[in-house]
Amino acid sequence: MTSELDIFVGNTTLIDEDVYRLWLDGYSVSDAVALRVRSGILEQTGATAAVLQSDTMDHYRTFHMLERLLHAPPKLLHQLIFQIPPSRQALLIERYYAFDEAFVREVLGKKLSKGTKKDLDDISTKTGITLKSCRRQFDNFKRVFKVVEEMRGSLVDNIQQHFLLSDRLARDYAAIVFFANNRFETGKKKLQYLSFGDFAYCAELMIQNWTLGAVGEAPTHPDSQVDDMDVDLDKEFLQDLKELKMLVADKDLLDLHKSLVCTALRGKLGVFSEMEANFKNLSRGLVNVAAKLTHNKDVRDLFVDLVEKFVEPCRSDHWPLSDVRLFLNQYSASVHSLDGFRHQALWDRYMGTLRGCLLRLYHD
Amino acid sequence: MPGKLKVKIVAGRHLPVMDRASDLTDAFVEVKFGNTTFKTDVYLKSLNPQWNSEWFKFEVDDEDLQDEPLQITVLDHDTYSANDAIGKVYIDIDPLLYSEAATVISGWFPIYDTIHGIRGEINVVVKVDLFNDLNRFRQSSCGVKFFCTTSIPKCYRAVIIHGFVEELVVNEDPEYQWIDRIRTPRASNEARQRLISLMSGELQRKIGLKVLEMRGNAVVGYLQCFDLEGESGLVVRAIGTACTLDKLSSPAAFLPACSSPSKEMKEIPFNEDPNPNTHSSGPSTPLKNQTYSFSPSKSYSRQSSSSDTDLSLTPKTGMGSGSAGKEGGPFKALLRQQTQSALEQRGGSPHRFCRRREFPFFTLTAFPPGFLVHVGGVVSARSVKLLDRIHNPAFVGIMGNTRSYKLLDWNSFNSDEPETRDAWWAEIRQEIKSHAKALGCHAVVGYSESTSICEEVCILSASGTAAVLNPRFLQDGTMEGCLEQRLEENLPAGCGFCHIPYDELNMPFPAHLTYCYNCRKQKVPDVLFTTIDLPIDATVIGKGCLIQARLCRLKKKAQAEANATAISNLLPFMEYEVHTQLMNKLKLKGMNALFGLRIQITVGENMLMGLASATGVYLAALPTPGGIQIAGKTPNDGSYEQHISHMQKKINDTIAKNKELYEISPPDISEEIIGSPIPEPRQRSRLLRSQSESSDEVTELDLSHGKKDAFVLEIDDTDAMEDVHSLLTDVPPPSGFYSCNTEIMPGINNWTSEIQMFTSVRVIRLSSLNLTNQALNKNFNDLCENLLKSLYFKLRSMIPCCLCHVNFTVSLPEDELIQVTVTAVAITFDKNQALQTAKTHVEKSLQRASTDNEELLQFPLELCSDSLPSHPFPPAKEHLESASSNSGIPAAQRATSVDYSSFADRCSSWIELIKLKAQTIRRGSIKTTVTVEKASPMGEGNFRNRSTPPCANSTVGVVKMTPLSFIPGAKITKYLGIINMFFIRETTSLREEGGVSGFLHAFIAEVFAMVRAHVAALGGNAVVSYIMKQCVFMENPNKNQAQCLINVSGDAVVFVRESELEVVSTQQPTTNCPPSCAGGEVTT
Repeated sequence: MTSELDIFVGNTTLIDEDVYRLWLDGYSVSDAVALRVRSGILEQTGATAAVLQSDTMDHYRTFHMLERLLHAPPKLLHQLIFQIPPSRQALLIERYYAFDEAFVREVLGKKLSKGTKKDLDDISTKTGITLKSCRRQFDNFKRVFKVVEEMRGSLVDNIQQHFLLSDRLARDYAAIVFFANNRFETGKKKLQYLSFGDFAYCAELMIQNWTLGAVGEAPTHPDSQVDDMDVDLDKEFLQDLKELKMLVADKDLLDLHKSLVCTALRGKLGVFSEMEANFKNLSRGLVNVAAKLTHNKDVRDLFVDLVEKFVEPCRSDHWPLSDVRLFLNQYSASVHSLDGFRHQALWDRYMGTLRGCLLRLYHD
Repeated sequence: MPGKLKVKIVAGRHLPVMDRASDLTDAFVEVKFGNTTFKTDVYLKSLNPQWNSEWFKFEVDDEDLQDEPLQITVLDHDTYSANDAIGKVYIDIDPLLYSEAATVISGWFPIYDTIHGIRGEINVVVKVDLFNDLNRFRQSSCGVKFFCTTSIPKCYRAVIIHGFVEELVVNEDPEYQWIDRIRTPRASNEARQRLISLMSGELQRKIGLKVLEMRGNAVVGYLQCFDLEGESGLVVRAIGTACTLDKLSSPAAFLPACSSPSKEMKEIPFNEDPNPNTHSSGPSTPLKNQTYSFSPSKSYSRQSSSSDTDLSLTPKTGMGSGSAGKEGGPFKALLRQQTQSALEQRGGSPHRFCRRREFPFFTLTAFPPGFLVHVGGVVSARSVKLLDRIHNPAFVGIMGNTRSYKLLDWNSFNSDEPETRDAWWAEIRQEIKSHAKALGCHAVVGYSESTSICEEVCILSASGTAAVLNPRFLQDGTMEGCLEQRLEENLPAGCGFCHIPYDELNMPFPAHLTYCYNCRKQKVPDVLFTTIDLPIDATVIGKGCLIQARLCRLKKKAQAEANATAISNLLPFMEYEVHTQLMNKLKLKGMNALFGLRIQITVGENMLMGLASATGVYLAALPTPGGIQIAGKTPNDGSYEQHISHMQKKINDTIAKNKELYEISPPDISEEIIGSPIPEPRQRSRLLRSQSESSDEVTELDLSHGKKDAFVLEIDDTDAMEDVHSLLTDVPPPSGFYSCNTEIMPGINNWTSEIQMFTSVRVIRLSSLNLTNQALNKNFNDLCENLLKSLYFKLRSMIPCCLCHVNFTVSLPEDELIQVTVTAVAITFDKNQALQTAKTHVEKSLQRASTDNEELLQFPLELCSDSLPSHPFPPAKEHLESASSNSGIPAAQRATSVDYSSFADRCSSWIELIKLKAQTIRRGSIKTTVTVEKASPMGEGNFRNRSTPPCANSTVGVVKMTPLSFIPGAKITKYLGIINMFFIRETTSLREEGGVSGFLHAFIAEVFAMVRAHVAALGGNAVVSYIMKQCVFMENPNKNQAQCLINVSGDAVVFVRESELEVVSTQQPTTNCPPSCAGGEVTT
């Protein structure tokens, strides 16, 4: 006796959250059944393995049919085939677009192309996430990217509108899209200690302050029409950043800056002497990062540079985070007192974001 | 009443990409009604076109309005080649044709293609203006309301229940026409869908006409079915109950006594044939048949059935009720004379017999209080027919079986096929009617008909519950004729319907009778089988449960007549075993009554399947069922003995466990509480014989009631061992789950509002190696059990919950395939919430019923005897001796049992019984004590709890579906019309669509979606009495193809949550508050 056909269709589509998770995690039906058996569900319910098998198959089939709709979540809301309560619809979408930390760290900042897709095999072996799940997550990134890439307006809003994600998840996707678009390097060994959250935080700050959208309406460049407001960095701004170079190039200015910072922080900093000794190096590092951002390649290395030029020196001197904060605050504020320096607004736009990023990046 | 149909095409959305180059579609719409077609403009390059068309107007006859569906086709415009069809929408505009229902159909409909499934949606608005034109000869029946619900719809009251209406329409199946060889599958499917839509429209119109003729205004319990007979055609048939309904303005309104105009007693419904001698034209039954005749005769039982094909033995003589040929002998004549004179005595000449109401059948399963007076038991009839000869009139005469030729009227076979089918059904119904009569009943309730077709063999089945009804509700008083039965003293609450309607001394079958455990006045049988729902006023102890009997029988492959004969030979065995199983399982559950019994016999190429489902309950009025005893045949063997006793222990344990599980605690105490007017010492469990009668008879009767107490299972071979084992393999549902196949679960009243309707389909392939009956039985049993287990598991999040209206359908699509389809609804209930019963409601109704009954008392009682003549009787001796049969059983099994005892034995017992019968006749038949007693309402009924459950915030756009006639926690405020849809889906890329499971899963989901969309477009938010009547699935994996046909129906309604209702009603006093707009979300 073999089962040729075995289906269950409810007027309200039944969604089993546990099975949905297993499906999203890319387990095959038999693996999923084995995992469910291990969860002790048979003992709890008195069911048999055959029942579990049939149930799992059924759910998998349903999910498979829903997947097409999940690719365009508004369709899921308007379709008539599956009657699903709104709360369940939200859950389906949210879980479908959720991703694994380990996976996202692997592809963050990479081009979402076929080439990367080919590497998913390696990522799968490396992270222990099933290839199927990797593909889903990768395809989600790519799909969201494709839809919002060319869209004007707020990146987070666009994602939310077209994918009906929660605010939090939409922000994460905004970061992924932003990183993918700007191809920030995140995979270097020295960046390994950073979490996706760290990058997402930085991305949000950068989107808020460094993109065209951040300037507000009325883009100044005629060609900015084709640019994407939130996804691309404000080229003009990056160009202008060269002006900051005088802060380190001008010897007097650098000295003055140093003395202002030292005066203000004397006695307040546990690592004062180290700071004093390193001031010029650190300042040069930060300003040079800014000045280099005109080149795409250097933009990509932004995080590598920040870690190399600032995070690592401080860390080797064992700066506590509070000292880093005090230093950075003072370091950016003191520039306002430099009479010979005219690009105060530019400095604030740069340093305001960078300070936030650095503080977030500064941990073990 | 011609009318103007107006259609507007608003927009489309989610259309498929039809132009690969642009990834877009240039869509336009064709709107077709009858022979008129309109087109919209082409909306270029969009998947979400906005046509916003003008109003397309069709001026049509109302006849067409009823028959034709509105056909909307969405196409992709193609400049260079033919336009490609995207899909279609068929809209049945019938709901717009009667005033109270929907006024407009407006909403998003899924665009359906038989090859691709749903492809986007289209927004359509449909209106109808009807002009009054009363002078026309009516061919239409606009205005007659149809309900699938098998009870009086919730917001109506029944003024008169007129009775049975039936009709059938036959056509050629487009799939089998020559043109099908050259046209595409899509064209063929669409032709079929359209034809069936047309046919069911026509059928509905014709039934409507019959209803108007009867001066009714509605059909309740409307059941329409398709028979796909293959080469020989396509039959669409329907049965229903004609009623005159009044809309209730206030929910509390009660049915006033009907003013039935003529209550003359002359009309006696069972004697529509003015010539009582027709029986003599019956064939001199062949000997073979004679021997067999014991089974159908024995069938006049609780479960009276006949599964043979010798319908010729049921000539259309009303009185003879079909047994003349079998019984022969002088007694028959004597009886006939007697009854005849009795009838004449009553003032009715035989020629004035009522012809009008040919069949006193009711498709209802639940009734207004007081309607049902007594229930006799299940009656059923089956007949095997051959389909292949229909086209050839020369052979028609021997259709079905050689034995039935005499019955058929040659004139009716000229060419017109419906006549053939009509004749077939008429025979079956006649048989049913005579069975009912044998049970002393004048009516059949819970009546249904079904077919099973395999190649050219067709089994027609009908079943129902013989009953005595209160004529107050029936027009013209045609029913009184037979209401001569001892009239109950005012229907004691909750037990009146259990009291036997037949004469105790002339019982149509042997049964233990006892005084009713409730009122102590009337006799009741020890077990009661019915096809109806549990009456709301019935007193039940504990909870009920789903009981199934499952059976397979191999048969040899054969052709035509040989095949039909083989099947008809197997049928009685099957019925016998099904009943034995049912009875065993019932006893094992410690229960004593079955409701909603449905026995399905399915025929396949090489096997027959029997599946009986029912809901077992413990009726307080009936005696406690005895246990099951096991007896071994070879008592010498020690270990064997031990084994037997071990089994016995297991069985006893199971019974005890079940009693606990279903909370069955027989009220021993009640004897003191319910003071019986005639105080009789009563033994704890056992029955009382009719002491009042003369002793000689008692002894005779005793013969047939030899073993009173226990139900003995004899284990004499491995088969029997298997049976006992299979008894014990049925696992009870996990805790927190209950299941039943009736509307509501006896013993649960506090439903909460969460419901989940579902359909589950399973197909298994049998390995052809081990095809023995046992292996087959085991496979089938496992299939059903596993299916149930799966359901329990899937719905575990709803615990505590009850699966209601569990409906199993078995089909045998191919040689080694068994398909089981289950549709049911899971309803949650509150364990803790205090039970609330509509006690007062029941009380009131009972009191009214009792006063109504008084008027019946005047009828003379002579007719009792006419329930006799019809049956030869289960031989008393055989009964006593063949222990494997069932002294405890009210002959249910005996229905079709084939005797194992010797022929001589049978003869002798037969003679005894005839003697017995003669005595009865001599003695006259008045033995009824007519006492009038105030009804003491014991309304511990299970009327649904009306308390307001916490209303789950109902989301907009949700359409609920349920096979029940109500929605828990809500009130139905409006019936919008009947939904009756037929879909075909075909694929040539089965693998790509996820194999057979993926294909069917998607299709069923699509069918649900289309039903919901139609309901929403009518302004409704639920479908009640939903049923999937057909799910025919065929696959050809080698060709990567599959096809499925699904037919569903139900009533579209508007419901309001009771919690909301309170708010609404304070705001506006009328009940027709605006529907909680279901289309709201969808239409935006």
